[in-house]
Amino acid sequence: MISDSSMPYSAPTLEPGEDDDQLLRVSLGPQHPSTHGVFRMNVVLDGETVVSLKSVFGYLHRNHEKLAENMTYLSSMPYTDRLDYICPLTNNWALAHAVEKLAGIEVPERAEFIRVITAELTRLINHTAFMGFILGDMGAWGSALMYAFREREKILDLFEDLTGARMMSNFMRYGGCRNDLPAGWADRCSIVVNDYGPFLDELEKFLVGNEILLARTQDVGQLPQKTLINGGITGPMLRAAGVNYDIRKVEPYGIYDRFDFRIPLGAKGDCYDRIMIRFLEMRESLKILRQALDQLPAGDYIHPKAKIRNFKPPVGEAYARIEGPKGELGFHLISDGTVNPFRYRIRPPSFINLTLLEDMCLGLDLADVVIILGSVDIVLGEVDR
Amino acid sequence: MSAEKTIDRLPAVPKPGRWIMPGLGLIQGLVISGKNAIQSYYKKDRMTTIQYPEQRAVISPNFRNFPFLCYDDDAATGLRCTACSICENECPPQCIYIVLDRDENGKSLKRPKVFDIDISVCMNCGICAEVCPFDSIYMDGEYEMSTDDRFGGLMLGLDRLAKSAEYHMKLRPEEASAVMAKRKAEEEKKAAAAAAKAAKAKADLEAKAKAAAEAKAAEEAQAATEEKGESA
Repeated sequence: MISDSSMPYSAPTLEPGEDDDQLLRVSLGPQHPSTHGVFRMNVVLDGETVVSLKSVFGYLHRNHEKLAENMTYLSSMPYTDRLDYICPLTNNWALAHAVEKLAGIEVPERAEFIRVITAELTRLINHTAFMGFILGDMGAWGSALMYAFREREKILDLFEDLTGARMMSNFMRYGGCRNDLPAGWADRCSIVVNDYGPFLDELEKFLVGNEILLARTQDVGQLPQKTLINGGITGPMLRAAGVNYDIRKVEPYGIYDRFDFRIPLGAKGDCYDRIMIRFLEMRESLKILRQALDQLPAGDYIHPKAKIRNFKPPVGEAYARIEGPKGELGFHLISDGTVNPFRYRIRPPSFINLTLLEDMCLGLDLADVVIILGSVDIVLGEVDR
Repeated sequence: MSAEKTIDRLPAVPKPGRWIMPGLGLIQGLVISGKNAIQSYYKKDRMTTIQYPEQRAVISPNFRNFPFLCYDDDAATGLRCTACSICENECPPQCIYIVLDRDENGKSLKRPKVFDIDISVCMNCGICAEVCPFDSIYMDGEYEMSTDDRFGGLMLGLDRLAKSAEYHMKLRPEEASAVMAKRKAEEEKKAAAAAAKAAKAKADLEAKAKAAAEAKAAEEAQAATEEKGESA
């Protein structure tokens, strides 16, 4: 095969002139059902064992950060829905949180409750869909994914009623939310939340006792805590390894310090722990949701003086982060006092969690690579931006 | 909150090779999927598919798809849009194109001559509806819009965008009635202001006339005195 160094990404992956002709080079992706989008892994195999793995991404690059620097603060809000399209509402919150920090805007109490409710529902969606996807990675396309999507659909119906769209919500505003909860929404939400526990029990029973799942995920993809912390890994992946780090507790934003919930931790940090930790997190989310729906106060859903049009934050710089379903999601904004941000930077959890992919996969089989990638829980919209 | 209180450790699970009876988990899984398969015929929360297009899902009134322009009485003259271009500037993917209508002297007629929305670019975010200060642009709930014309069919002009206020009322009664009440109040305020202005103008006119009459009377009186003086 021809190798042209001037075209590193479009060149074929097989390179001539290697001494060891026992090695096999495989290009996994970019169009491969197990790569969760357009993502490529150039894997070098010795038999079945991974010798090296280089990830190639950027196929879904949409230039969001630069685009956002050339449009108003409000206009970049709908683009955040498209970062991690499984959980748009937490992305909305992260940007709104950063802009509110930059401009020093107060958020009314009811809006904070609405944000917590929508964010925790989003966490449920993300982790439920994750269960379906990871089972798909193990070859079980079908039942688990269908059950997960059936329940996800009920939450999406709630989102459609609240925000007007099932996935591209564009809901948070600087100083609150775009609209108030529709009549009867909180009651319907309570019904969904109450029905979710039994579904989780069923799904857990369905998956966790399964010997194939246990055999394929236990002791796969472990890394020492130190490596994970140094690599900047956040979210369920870090907590599965036993590191007690959740931004909702470490640096409480919004009104998370008012709720009673716990941070589940794993023991080993293998793929099995990463699956289980998400089950436990969903149960904690249900706890938060019940408390939030019980205490939901009346009042404004947006600060009365919040500006929608011609919004100009003062000159300054702010970095704000939230605990997204996949990890720490942060926005760094620099304002020069005009309607457009001077610098707009995203810290995406799935991109940074992906950086240790090679370390996790070395020495394992090719079939394990697919599961490890699934257990990282990436969305390519967020990796490439 | 202490760190220990937040911790919820995972329970230990036996490693492969130490199972009491291999295959039990698989059977358990089969029972669950069998239960789901049977319940999907009669249990309502497990029946998720509907037979489109014979059956239609109930769509939330808040559902938004593409924008439309609202007019009050007549599509040609009653458009609320004043072609101010706020939505054009705020639109994130820049899919709105507006040309202001002018008369032969170049004076603005405060209505759009061209109002195009390219729905192949539109990202359904609803920001145009949110920023419009004239209650003119709203998000539609129409979703069966497939066409075989890639260019003209997806470029909505004024003829396809303009929809009546009644349509809006039918689509989203709550929002539309609030807007109607607001517009009515504004109109009444305007009418009251106009009436007040007219009354003031009338009063001014009367005052002017009175002043003129008084002046005339004074003049006459003066003339009379002067005449008197002359005669005396």
